[in-house]
Amino acid sequence: MTREEIEAVLRAEMHQIAPDIDIEEIDRQEDLRDEFDIDSMDFQNLVAALSKRLGIPMPEADYGEMGSFDAMLDYLTAHAG
Amino acid sequence: MAAFVMPSLGSDMDAGTLVEWLKRPGDEIHRGDIVAVVETQKGAIEIESFQEGILTGYLTDLGRKVPVGTPLAVIREESEDEPDDAALLKGAAPAAEQQAPTAPVSAKPVTLDVEPRITATPEADGARLKISPAARRLAQASAVDPATLTGTGPQGSIVLADVMARLEQKPAPEAKQAVREGGEQLSGMRAAIAAAMARSKREIPHYYLSQTIELTNAEAFVAKVNADRPPENRLLLGALFLKAVALACRKFPEFNGHFEDGVYHPAEAVHAGMAINIREGGLVAPAIHHAETLDLDTLMDRMRDLVARVRAGRFRATELSDPTITVSSLGDRGVEALYGVIYPPQVAIVGFGTPVSRPWEQAGDIKLKRVVTLTLAADHRVSDGHSGARFLNAIEKHLQMPEKL
Repeated sequence: MTREEIEAVLRAEMHQIAPDIDIEEIDRQEDLRDEFDIDSMDFQNLVAALSKRLGIPMPEADYGEMGSFDAMLDYLTAHAG
Repeated sequence: MAAFVMPSLGSDMDAGTLVEWLKRPGDEIHRGDIVAVVETQKGAIEIESFQEGILTGYLTDLGRKVPVGTPLAVIREESEDEPDDAALLKGAAPAAEQQAPTAPVSAKPVTLDVEPRITATPEADGARLKISPAARRLAQASAVDPATLTGTGPQGSIVLADVMARLEQKPAPEAKQAVREGGEQLSGMRAAIAAAMARSKREIPHYYLSQTIELTNAEAFVAKVNADRPPENRLLLGALFLKAVALACRKFPEFNGHFEDGVYHPAEAVHAGMAINIREGGLVAPAIHHAETLDLDTLMDRMRDLVARVRAGRFRATELSDPTITVSSLGDRGVEALYGVIYPPQVAIVGFGTPVSRPWEQAGDIKLKRVVTLTLAADHRVSDGHSGARFLNAIEKHLQMPEKL
């Protein structure tokens, strides 16, 4: 998958969880949970959905590498690309 | 023969609009079946049946807004012969009273030596008001002072119909609760929270305690359990918090129950209300039933399911009306401590702040440790700081042994 395709997946899943947030308005380098106002449960659901769609395990030990929208996109591209 | 009634929806809601029937006349009804859906200030709520039998007819039309306790449909027990709807309709109010679902509380209430009311009413003068439990519940939920009602029941007792008659004279609840603030009307959800919290602060003498506890064991346990699990089966620290509180409630019944009309009823089971933030604003704290008996994985599944249904705006009436204690956990993105407001008629709310790293003394050394601030807001009519401190220490003890949760 290309980075663009993965970004489309990430956008779609973010929209599922935080439909009231406009992705164009967020700071892609800032804390993902703050920018989308999501809690631990939402984040876990997001990871579960991405893990299924992209077929990557996304272990909890890697959560530190998924801190912002861009960091998450880098992580997904590195593992699913 | 029994009426399927609009159940209590928590102390901050007194009415709901019937929007959907999920069972039709002739259908067999089992205990726990979802029979109807009502629209409330907190979203759509599924109403379960507490009876077994055959649904023989509807008593309320779709789209109608009805107060708590109103008969919605007739359910005939299978052993009964001919349905007699006319008789039931005539005696609808008493039937409704018998069937109004209540939280399972211990059979022997503990009477406390406190004045039941602040304002002087005939009740406070010693002459106990004759009022049926369902009528009292509805009066309380809808802010009607029972002392101002004339009872039409046996020996002049106040029955559900008397309260309903009064409510029909009153303006709609929205009009009553709507408050102007900066020129904007409060939303239904905000008005419901305002009503419950104002009542709490007016009636409940809160006291507050806090304790900082170490999380090393709990976090290591979660990391270990989650290491080889797919994301959808992973535990969150919040499940450990909820379970630790539920277990501590077993030993400290003075924090788990309902205080109503000057009487504290400790609950036998722990129905832990889980405070859930709603994206559009506001929050609800529906119950996870029998939380003290669930293993961590089951508890986590229930929490996931509850959050998903709250986010979708659909949960069950029993979940809203019968929590026996509330647990509010800020999660990863909050502040260090939260001091809750007790949700009446409950008597305690336990708060967990956001876990942080702090210098921590251990055997003469100072190390950086992960800690969380645990707080308790409790009802001084029922407990005091001494037992509150022991309750918090018990929660801490459970969290230090996560493998036993």
